[in-house]
Amino acid sequence: MPFIPHTAADTRALLDAIGARRLDDLFEEIPAELRAKALTGIPDALNEMEIGRLMAERAAQDGRALSFIGAGAYEHHIPSAVWAIVTRGEFYSAYTPYQAEASQGTLQMIYEYQTMIASLTGLEVSNASLYDGASALAEAALMAVRANRKSKSARILVPCTVNPTYSRVARAIAGNQKLVFEQLPYCTAGGHTIVESLKRYEGQDITALVIQQPNFFGTLEDVDELTDWAHRQNALVIAVVNPTSLGILKAPGKWGGLGVDIACGEGQPLGVPLSSGGPYFGFMTTRMEHVRQMPGRIVGRTVDRDGKPGFTLTLQAREQHIRRGKATSNICTNQGLLMMAGTIYLALIGPAGLAQVASASVTRTHALVDALVSIKGVRTAFNRPRFHEAVLQLDRPAATVLSELAARDILGGYDLSEHFPELGSALLVCATETKTQSDIDAYARALGEVMKSARAA
Amino acid sequence: MSNVPTDLKFTKSHEWIRVLPEGIAEIGITEHAQQALGDLVFVEVPESGREVSAGDASAVVESVKAASDVYAPVSGEVVEGNAALAETPELINQDPYGSGWLMRIRFSNSAELDSLLDARAYEEQLAGEAH
Repeated sequence: MPFIPHTAADTRALLDAIGARRLDDLFEEIPAELRAKALTGIPDALNEMEIGRLMAERAAQDGRALSFIGAGAYEHHIPSAVWAIVTRGEFYSAYTPYQAEASQGTLQMIYEYQTMIASLTGLEVSNASLYDGASALAEAALMAVRANRKSKSARILVPCTVNPTYSRVARAIAGNQKLVFEQLPYCTAGGHTIVESLKRYEGQDITALVIQQPNFFGTLEDVDELTDWAHRQNALVIAVVNPTSLGILKAPGKWGGLGVDIACGEGQPLGVPLSSGGPYFGFMTTRMEHVRQMPGRIVGRTVDRDGKPGFTLTLQAREQHIRRGKATSNICTNQGLLMMAGTIYLALIGPAGLAQVASASVTRTHALVDALVSIKGVRTAFNRPRFHEAVLQLDRPAATVLSELAARDILGGYDLSEHFPELGSALLVCATETKTQSDIDAYARALGEVMKSARAA
Repeated sequence: MSNVPTDLKFTKSHEWIRVLPEGIAEIGITEHAQQALGDLVFVEVPESGREVSAGDASAVVESVKAASDVYAPVSGEVVEGNAALAETPELINQDPYGSGWLMRIRFSNSAELDSLLDARAYEEQLAGEAH
């Protein structure tokens, strides 16, 4: 069977049979102003040879800079076995399957993924992945509104210390569905959210509180106190977590007296390369009591009629192909390969390996901060314990410093001035296990030169 | 032909209504509805105290095949949801007009009851759907 179902002759025969002259005649009843027009501003198509050349040139422009940028996407070592397995033909589809009869191998892989992510976050049940960390937060907020039946307000409290891009995506996706996102201030000394600052919300109808750990600044939040505060207000708790950090930090399922209700985050640190920003994958877990409000697919293990173990899709009845407009979500597929990379990565490095990656990243970041703050005009912004990122304040404009470092082939960090102008000239820096002491020394040397040349000027 | 008790009222969307003393209406889904859905695996009933208007989606019944809304046939305050369905949703399959009831509503406008179908009208509708 040819891949394209209709030849020009087939189309002609079909049109003749119904008495239409042209294909466009079939759409005539749609008013002209509602019809999609040709896209403008799009260059002509390139052939494979041309596009290959263009992309190779663009990739070369990136060079092989030493990167100290984190801010939500992290450079970690990826064992070569991860992508060797993911790109095998048997697995090679980006889609999480709809069909109950889907390949047992794919279903088993998703089941293993769910088991690992549920165990990592300390919660009972995981879905089969989401698009990315930012949309996972939006889905978690929508889910909290469905799950918290004591709350009518659809008010979600979001600390400023949550990744600002995530907050923006959550607003874009859920803002038109009557959800209200309210920002919470952070402590300017510690770079964290203070429980006392939530006092003014006590006694009000709050649907959920979001807590990011480690937060966007890399600072550790008082997760136990925040979780307990939210539960006292009958609000659910949504944790946004870095999966690598869970190798050494307390699982969200254990935060406070009861643990969080929903955990979500960005899966990229688990075996997915940075790739200029994507594709990545999101993850989400929850307690059994909320499982029917969770978006996406879930694979379960069962036995067939001969008593043999097998894997199958469960809880599909609330999905888009059955529940249509009332589905729990309409975005829950497509990240199959990336989810698989995360699963293989976790299986290869194991719990001890993940703890090592996390600890090494913390150690490298401390070494980086120590080296950088010894430079005149560079100091840390916050005094609280941190994971593998830190905010540095500079005596020179961050954008200038970054571009001078880039000229030395060093990506020196993330400029915070767009989202956090109150911090002045501030950089978010990160070092993972991929950075050696000589990488750190190279950065410190370059930054020293850049800061000194400014004073001389 | 499925069982349609004559002492109940019905809706076109396959809910049944039993009028209890003190202005309470007990609501469930019909034998025909439970047959069409198949084995029920989960039921979500409304919390007591919730105000509903006639036609509001007020409960969800989920079978292995589909999840469907159950609409409030009358306006009023939910006085009770059938808590037994949380653990044993199959009560709806086994006894749709009895222990498989979904919710009880203190109705605020008894005139709404008059616009509901009687058993005969509901049977006619079922006969019509069969064609």
